[in-house]
Amino acid sequence: MRTYLPEFDVVSPRTLDEALRVLSQNPPPTPLAGGTDLMVLMNAGQLKPGAYLNLHSISDLHRPIEEAGKEIVFSALTTYSEARRHPLVRRCLPMLGIAAREIGALQIQSRGTWAGNIVNASPAADGVPALMAYDTRVELASHSGTRTVNLCDFYLGYKKTVRRPDELITAIRISIPADRRIEYYRKVGTRKFQAISKVLLAGVIVLEGRRVEKIRLVFASVMPFTYRARQTESILQGRDIDSGLIAEALDVLKQELNPIDDIRSTARYRLGVAARLFEEFLQKARMK
Amino acid sequence: MPQVSSPPTFQWIGRNPPRKESIDKVTGRALYIDDLKFEGVLYGKTIRSAVPRGILKNISFLPGVPWGEFTIVTAKDIPGKNIVSLIELDQPFLVEREIKHAAEPIALIAHPDKGLVEKAMNFVKIDVDELPAILTIDESLSGKNIQWGTDNIFKTFHIRRGDPDSIWSKADVVVEGEYWTGAQEQLYIEPQGVVAVASREKGVTVWGSMQCPFYVQKGLKPLFDLPEDKVRVIYTVTGGGFGGKEEYPTLPAAHAALLSWKAGGQPVKIIYDRIEDMWATTKRHPCRTRIKSAFSRDGKLAALKIDATMDGGAYATLSAVVLSRGTLHSFGPYKCEHAVIDTRAVFTNSPPYGAFRGFGAPQTIFAIEQHMDRAARTLGIEPDELRLKNILRKGDAMPTGQIMKEDPGVDGVLKKALDESNYLEKRRAYREHNHADSRVKKGVGFALFFHGAGFTGSGEVFLDSKAGVELTAEGGVRILSANTEIGQGSFTTHSQIVAEELGISYEMVEVATPDTAVVPNSGPTVASRTCMVVGEILRKAAADLREVLVKSGHLPGGRHTPEEFRRAALRYRETQGELKVFSKYQPPSGIHWDDKTYTGEAYGAYAWACYVSDVEIDMTTCQVEVLDFVAVQEVGRVIHPVIAKGQIEGGVAQAIGWALYENVVLHQGVMQNIQLTNYILPTTADTPPIRVFFHEHPYPNGPYGAKGLGELPMDGPAPAIAAAVAFAIDRNIASIPILPETIFEATNG
Ligand SMILES: Cc1cc2nc3c(=O)[nH]c(=O)nc-3n(C[C@H](O)[C@H](O)[C@H](O)COP(=O)(O)OP(=O)(O)OC[C@H]3O[C@@H](n4cnc5c(N)ncnc54)[C@H](O)[C@@H]3O)c2cc1C
Repeated sequence: MRTYLPEFDVVSPRTLDEALRVLSQNPPPTPLAGGTDLMVLMNAGQLKPGAYLNLHSISDLHRPIEEAGKEIVFSALTTYSEARRHPLVRRCLPMLGIAAREIGALQIQSRGTWAGNIVNASPAADGVPALMAYDTRVELASHSGTRTVNLCDFYLGYKKTVRRPDELITAIRISIPADRRIEYYRKVGTRKFQAISKVLLAGVIVLEGRRVEKIRLVFASVMPFTYRARQTESILQGRDIDSGLIAEALDVLKQELNPIDDIRSTARYRLGVAARLFEEFLQKARMK
Repeated sequence: MPQVSSPPTFQWIGRNPPRKESIDKVTGRALYIDDLKFEGVLYGKTIRSAVPRGILKNISFLPGVPWGEFTIVTAKDIPGKNIVSLIELDQPFLVEREIKHAAEPIALIAHPDKGLVEKAMNFVKIDVDELPAILTIDESLSGKNIQWGTDNIFKTFHIRRGDPDSIWSKADVVVEGEYWTGAQEQLYIEPQGVVAVASREKGVTVWGSMQCPFYVQKGLKPLFDLPEDKVRVIYTVTGGGFGGKEEYPTLPAAHAALLSWKAGGQPVKIIYDRIEDMWATTKRHPCRTRIKSAFSRDGKLAALKIDATMDGGAYATLSAVVLSRGTLHSFGPYKCEHAVIDTRAVFTNSPPYGAFRGFGAPQTIFAIEQHMDRAARTLGIEPDELRLKNILRKGDAMPTGQIMKEDPGVDGVLKKALDESNYLEKRRAYREHNHADSRVKKGVGFALFFHGAGFTGSGEVFLDSKAGVELTAEGGVRILSANTEIGQGSFTTHSQIVAEELGISYEMVEVATPDTAVVPNSGPTVASRTCMVVGEILRKAAADLREVLVKSGHLPGGRHTPEEFRRAALRYRETQGELKVFSKYQPPSGIHWDDKTYTGEAYGAYAWACYVSDVEIDMTTCQVEVLDFVAVQEVGRVIHPVIAKGQIEGGVAQAIGWALYENVVLHQGVMQNIQLTNYILPTTADTPPIRVFFHEHPYPNGPYGAKGLGELPMDGPAPAIAAAVAFAIDRNIASIPILPETIFEATNG
């Protein structure tokens, strides 16, 4: 491990209030949930020395998954394994189960949290697109109050989010989608499992007859942050789905996406595959 | 010559006794180098260059850490010669003036606090005047920037048979192609690691993860200007090598020893983490091969011109030997009366490329096999038919002039592989399928190849290996050999050979730790030689030991039970004391090799093989999945079927990685994707069932007929997979790794 441990401090508050108070200090400590992103950085010597806020000592942040009205609510420390096992999640939010199953392997799934996946803000995060396609809202709490933001408005740029350093995610509220929706979740990784995504599409479509009543298209690993393709959505919204519309939407999508080129893949591949996944999704919807 | 009876009536050969080291490994009792505790140990780290080439101006140690508590070593502290003793004397242990690659060791630091050493790494500043670097084979050969010798060429080889130039103009068909294989990381599970204790009074002792203790010893003697008996190197349980711990461990061993020497003999531990290991250590040589061939219309190979260039990196290291093996495997198992082969290894400002399972052969085998497929496509002949028209048979000569004194049975191996994989039927069915379906493409392809076991040409004679056996206090036998157990099962197979020869139980045989102060130099653990060459030396030593017990009247001449042997051994020890019997390598008769003309018997024995790969490509994502894999090989004699099968399966998986996933991304000559998140290996989910079949045709000069097989499985999968992919997408494949991005570009052009 390329790290000098004495330069790191971990604070373990007992209550949420205490945690939020600690977070209001300057500089605020960095929240530490499952550590599956942070410890990788630490091992490589890329984690900033300083104070870290242990979330595991706060029982308020570790509530069971619950149903509240039309929403299913995760707490800050809800892990992938918990979501995978939960009957309600399996029934109402199947994409979360698929995403959870494809994230890391059992060790990571038992430790890694949805909130960590959101705040880490990797463009390749696999949990975020599924959440976003389900119209998730994120509860952010700080010493000065609590606010709720739509997950699709959470990201501002590469590793840039609306979260202030003094805020904690205290809940993730996922709306239970309409029964007659069609879903699509496909992760294209560098290998079958234990892989970082090169392209990912999570989609939800609700049809009224042939008419697109609602559509969500969320891509990972294509843009510098988890990306909801709103322009393409709006071309489809309210129109009858047929091959002409799909072709038209495909053109818009290719304009809308401006993929990244990096160590894992090329922009050309990403754009090409993103377009094919999109087409696969819409054809599936059309055939229904 | 051992008795090779058929069907075999062996006690231990061909059986599967539990591996000597497996209980310790699965119970966690086995101690790897980082598990060993040393009183007062200092943790060492290596400060490396960050630029590919330049003149070292200054090393400064910035305030921020208590430098007074550190041991610091630079080139100035070296007591003897600052040169790694390998084939050429060109590589320093620490940079003195000129930096040649962007991972080159410049200084060493050590401290009792492991974390503090890590921190201190950020407080060392290296000032360098950068110089223009050579980053590609073409730049190296352009003649514009000469950094090694007069032409940047470490070594060339030439093989000439007949006169291809007299053929081209009158040939029916000429096929040309250029092929590329990328670098590959060995990725042993345990990274490089050593502990050293060194002082002028006591000499140098090194413990570590390694394949070849005597290589390390040879490297350390001149560094400290010490005689052989003052440098002791002890193998510790080693978590994999694949060639990566052949020549490289000399560097960390030297570095730890230099730090210990400077620190007055305190033990120093250097363990690379994965990042440093992937960044700085050796990898498989990238290789570009150009092939021109002439065929008659009915598919007879009339002329062959092969030109291969390997990137050797910044120092000569073992490139000449890797190139030699690449050269001698470049022409495949085919008969060609007019062949010219020219190869070279060149300098670039990359960390030196080094030994890796297959040792140059997989690179050129990939090229010739892809080329044969390309020729088949051009000629409109099925690939298997084209092979059958050209394979080596009894009396045929390789381009080196090596005559097949017996029929090597290549057609049998080919037929078996095609049958087991249902190749012909699949070709037909997949062709139809691909015609009808554009979403999923299917392909099947094969590679036909050989692997020469043991050192090339006269190599084994120069090695002059020695190994032995001794009686233990319990009346059993202990093997004395420098050959290491690196996961390949050598302690077990050697024990089986000795038990068989002595007519004793496998449990009565133990293996001494390879320690240069205890065991003789039986040569390195490389080149698929350990079972075949060292196994045979041990068999002879065991036969001689038995002879001593018989001649001295302790053992009856005929058959005996293990218990009788034990009593005889104990009586011998009581009356005569210790008994150690050594034997030496004896070159098999009728083997001649001429290093100057590169003609003769390059290897005494070849293993012959045919591998078939069945693939499916999802054209939405261009991802290839290997669905089935058949590996048929003729290896002389299988000593331990489970181990042998494991070697093939592991090698195939490693080669699937090379073919489809492992992409060493270079920037400024060094690898960029140096974490396992972005250097992609196949997992079990990405590897198919691997179906392994052995043919046994006992080799008279190997123990009980065994030939080498450890490297063989690295040779065949890449060309077999490439052939299957080429068939599936109906395009030539000329380079690996075949990434989804490659297929995407090839099919969307
Ligand atoms: C081997 C391995 C495989 C992996 N595979 C995948 C994969 O397939 N797909 C994938 O998407 N990811 C993968 N990851 C990444 C990682 O597991 C996920 O991103 C995980 O969800 C992170 O959650 P965590 O609780 O471990 O976060 P941590 O590492 O604890 O924290 C991550 C970030 O979130 C912040 N944070 C955490 N909780 C809160 C909170 N409640 N409020 C505010 N900020 C918070 C932290 O300060 C930090 O910045 C993998 C990681 C490893 C090591």
